[in-house]
Formats: sequence, structure tokens, C-alpha cells
Amino acid sequence: MTALTVAGARLALGGRPVLDGIDLTFNAPGLIGMIGPNGAGKTTLLRCLAGLIKPDSGSVLIDGKAIASLRPQDRARRIGYLAQSPVLHWPLTVGRLVALGRLPHLAPWACPGPDDQAAIDRALASTDLVDLTDRPAHTLSGGEFARALLARVIAGEPAAILADEPTAALDPLHRLRILDLFRGLADSGRLIVIVLHDLTSALRFCDRVVLMDAGRIAADGPPAAIADDPALSETFGVAFAKPSWQGHDLLLPWRPKAQP
Amino acid sequence: MTGRAEVSYVWLLAGLTGLVMAAFALSLSVGPAPVGLGTLLSAGDGRLGETATIIFFEIRLPRALLGLAIGASLGLAGAALQGLLRNPLAEPGIIGISGCAALGAVAVFYSGLAVTTPLALPLGGLAGALVAVLLLYGLAGRDTGVTTLILAGIALSALAGALTALALSLSPNPFALTEIVFWLLGSLADRSMAHVALALPFILAGCALLFAAARGLDGLSLGEETARSLGIGIGRLGLLVVLGTALAVGASVAVSGAIGFVGLVVPHLVRPLVGHRPARLLLPSALGGGALLLFADSLVRLIGSGQELKLGVVTALLGAPFFLALILSYRRRVQ
Repeated sequence: MTALTVAGARLALGGRPVLDGIDLTFNAPGLIGMIGPNGAGKTTLLRCLAGLIKPDSGSVLIDGKAIASLRPQDRARRIGYLAQSPVLHWPLTVGRLVALGRLPHLAPWACPGPDDQAAIDRALASTDLVDLTDRPAHTLSGGEFARALLARVIAGEPAAILADEPTAALDPLHRLRILDLFRGLADSGRLIVIVLHDLTSALRFCDRVVLMDAGRIAADGPPAAIADDPALSETFGVAFAKPSWQGHDLLLPWRPKAQP
Repeated sequence: MTGRAEVSYVWLLAGLTGLVMAAFALSLSVGPAPVGLGTLLSAGDGRLGETATIIFFEIRLPRALLGLAIGASLGLAGAALQGLLRNPLAEPGIIGISGCAALGAVAVFYSGLAVTTPLALPLGGLAGALVAVLLLYGLAGRDTGVTTLILAGIALSALAGALTALALSLSPNPFALTEIVFWLLGSLADRSMAHVALALPFILAGCALLFAAARGLDGLSLGEETARSLGIGIGRLGLLVVLGTALAVGASVAVSGAIGFVGLVVPHLVRPLVGHRPARLLLPSALGGGALLLFADSLVRLIGSGQELKLGVVTALLGAPFFLALILSYRRRVQ
């Protein structure tokens, strides 16, 4: 079972501390939601976990081994990363966009084989994109394109998937469908870490919620505990309304918190 | 729908190879003397006249070989650069390689080294291209992103252009000036097997580096961050493409002068046929570039009466209107 660990991570960008001593361990299986205001360091922490940037000090480990010591291709096979709203530069078809997810699995100069095609087909099926396989991806709607991007990550069959705001700019229906997909991936044994701005979704879908504030962990625990944590209101500077519906806590940002 | 224009990759390669072979045969057969592929075939073993042998093996063959190799270099480098920079308007000129190679050759002209040996000129051009790579990475850094690379390349292009203009305006005599200007226009006339032997190793090495970049270019389709998450080293990929371009295009410019538009137009033509995949674009672009330059160079000789038209002028004259038409048709499709 995969485990991602961050120990004592500090990172400054442009003289400003973005990560200010982060200690975390994420174990598979599980769906972890990272929440926090803009600029709290969520994306930076996710990129550290993905091995895309190295913290100035501290370590990032996968199953006890430093991520930086892995060959990039090995790292890519184990950790899938879904960047925040990436741009598709060429009008590839959906099938070929998803096939990019197999790149870490190909030997040098080799062409994709039947195993690769099977993984691509499974990814297309699980994201309900089979009928759109031959459509140019730039003609898809926002919701379909978001699914295609996720299918690209799934096709790589990584043990851990890190996704940066995968539901941004999606309408409620597509947001729910994407979150259902992540829930299913976690239930099938994977470790999923997603950055979310929709707090009610974070409470409802995630097994564990990490609240970040100014490069630190402000709160970390099961959704119910986070919903009751005073740090939540403190961190966002917002007073929340907390109605309950069908046994679920809803968390609605109600008004800016009064300044003391 | 992009699917409409796409053809089977194998058939595309077969078709383009046929086109290259036809263009090569045409290039061997066209010229002021009535010597052609037919003469060679009908002569049988060893019966070819002495003059015909000289014309065929020392004039026509090196010219055709250089046309193929240089056209392929330009097409391949254009395709690789467009993939790396994710910009369909990129071509070997944009990162300053062509400009610096031309400057290197002009420096050889200007210093008078050109008269010592005919190979001084191409050697100067190659040196210019390699200095361009060093400057590019000196300016932009080893682990650089693509934007810095473009900016450094544009600065380098401008500097090389200015220094070339300076050399022209300070030219010691009008004959040297004419010679430099003609050389800058680009031509394959009067090149020998020595030129082939000098340029070909660099061109082959450069093309090998460019082909090695194929997978990384595919990965870049979703941007640098996604490419890195797929295990692709962006710094290494940039170095492969820039060094490959410097070797292949630098050696090309060094023996032929600057030939524009092939690196821009050919990948454009081929792209829809391979479903816009950057890696699949490389080989067809190389074949298409070779065929295009061989045809253009044959055309130069067919219409040339008296003063031969310069190859670089012909590719630009044909390429620019063609490119405009391409942009117009694209705009119409989008609207």
C-alpha cells in the first residue's frame, strides 16, 4: 500500500515562505481533501508530493524512499498528477490525449502495446468517454474535457493520484460526477489527494480533510471534526452556516467574519 | 473534425518516400547539360563518357544529396521546434541558430579566410551555429523553461542580424559584398562531394538528437507541468532539440546559405495528416522537407536562363503566398 510522507518541509518562493514546516503522512487507500484560502500553499504542497519541486529543507517520501531519488519515469508510473486547468496545445483526439498517460510505461523507442491499449480503454470506460474517443478534445464541453484529463491520469494506473482543483469551473452535475469518480478510485485501493474550494464537497466525499493556512497545517482530521474546528472559520475569515441535511453537515460560507 | 484529414501513418510514409525518390531522380536529371538518370541507365557498365561521369557524379549527385539532407534537416527541425515551443509559427530561425550560422560564414568571407580553402565557409557557419547554442544556454540557463529559450533566441537572432548587416556595410570592396549577399540568399549551385562529406555527419547527428526528442514532444502537448509529471525532463528535452537543430540546420546553412520557409511550411502541411501528434510529425516532416527542397532546386535550374535564381529566393517566393493562403483557409474554418 502506497504511503506519501512529507517531513519538515519548508520552501520559500521569492523570499516569501510558502511551506512553513509541513509534516504529513497520507496512506492508501483514501480520498484526502486539501482546503484553505488562496495562497495557503496547497498547490505548492501538491507539487512537492508529486516530485515536481523540491522543498528547500525537509523530505518528501513515497513508501519511505525519497521521491527525488527516483528516476522521473519510475516516479511518473507511481504518482499521477492532474495540473490545475492545463491547456491542450494540439487538437488531439480524446483517445490520443488519454494515451499520453501511458508515456511513463513505454520503453525507449517502443510503441504502445496491447497492455497499454487495454489500460487506455479501461480509463475511457471508467470516465464514460468511449463514445467520444475519436472526437478532437478541443471540441469537448468543459465537463467532458475535465473527464478526459482525469482519464489521462487514470490510464497511467498510478497508485497515487494528486489533483489540483479538478472541479474548478465545472457545473454542479459535472462536479458531482468527477467527485464520484475520485471516490470510486479511492474505494478501489488508491491514494487520492485533491485540492478543493467547495467545502461541502470536501466534507461529503473525503475520508480526511487537511486545512492549510499560510504554509502550515491549521487542522487535519476526519471531515466531521474539521467542520466543528474553530480553525476553519479563523483560517478563511468567514462565518459559516452549518445546516444539516439527510445526516450530512453542509458548510456554507455565510458572511465575512467580523474583524476584532 | 481532425479525423477527416488523417491518413494511415504507413501509407503517408510510403507516399512521401515515393515523392522523395521522384524528386531525387528529377534533381539528378535537370541541368544545362543533357545528362540525366536516363543517360546513366542506358549507358550500361562503365560506358558513360568522361564528361557525363563528371557532370553526374561531381555536379548533379552532390547537389541532389545536399538538397535532400538540407531539406530534411529544415523540415525535421521545424517540426521539433514547433513541438517544443508549442507554437505552429516556430522555425529554425526563431532561436537564432540560422542567423548565427550565417554570421559565422559572413565572418569567414569578411576576414578573407574564404579564399584559403573552399571549406572555410561551411566551417565558419558550423562554428557560428555551435556558438549560438553556447550563448543560448549561457543566456537562458541549463534547466530553462521554454519562454526564456524563445526570448534568448529572439535576442540572439537580432544580434546576429545586426552584426551581419554591420559586416555588409563595412565590406572592403563591392565584389566581396556581392558574394556575401548572394551567399546569404541560399543556393545549392556548385557544391561538391567535399561539402557533402563535411555537412552530412553533423546533419545525421543532429537528426538523431531530434528524433530522440519525439516522446518528450508528445508529453508537452498538455504543457510543461504535465510533461514533467509524466517523467519528461524539460531541460534535457530542450537541449536535445536545440543541439539537434544547431547541428542539422547549422551544417545546412553552412553549406547552402539561409533557406527559409521549408521549416515552417512543411510541418504545417503534414500536421493534419498525422492527427496533430508532435512525435508522429517528425519523420514525415523530414521526408516532406527533402522532397520540397529537391523540387525547388530542380525548378531553379529549369527556369534559370543566364543568371540562376537563388534557391532561398524561390522557397520564400513560393512559401510566403502559400503560407498566407494556409492562414486564410484556417481563419475561414474557424469562423
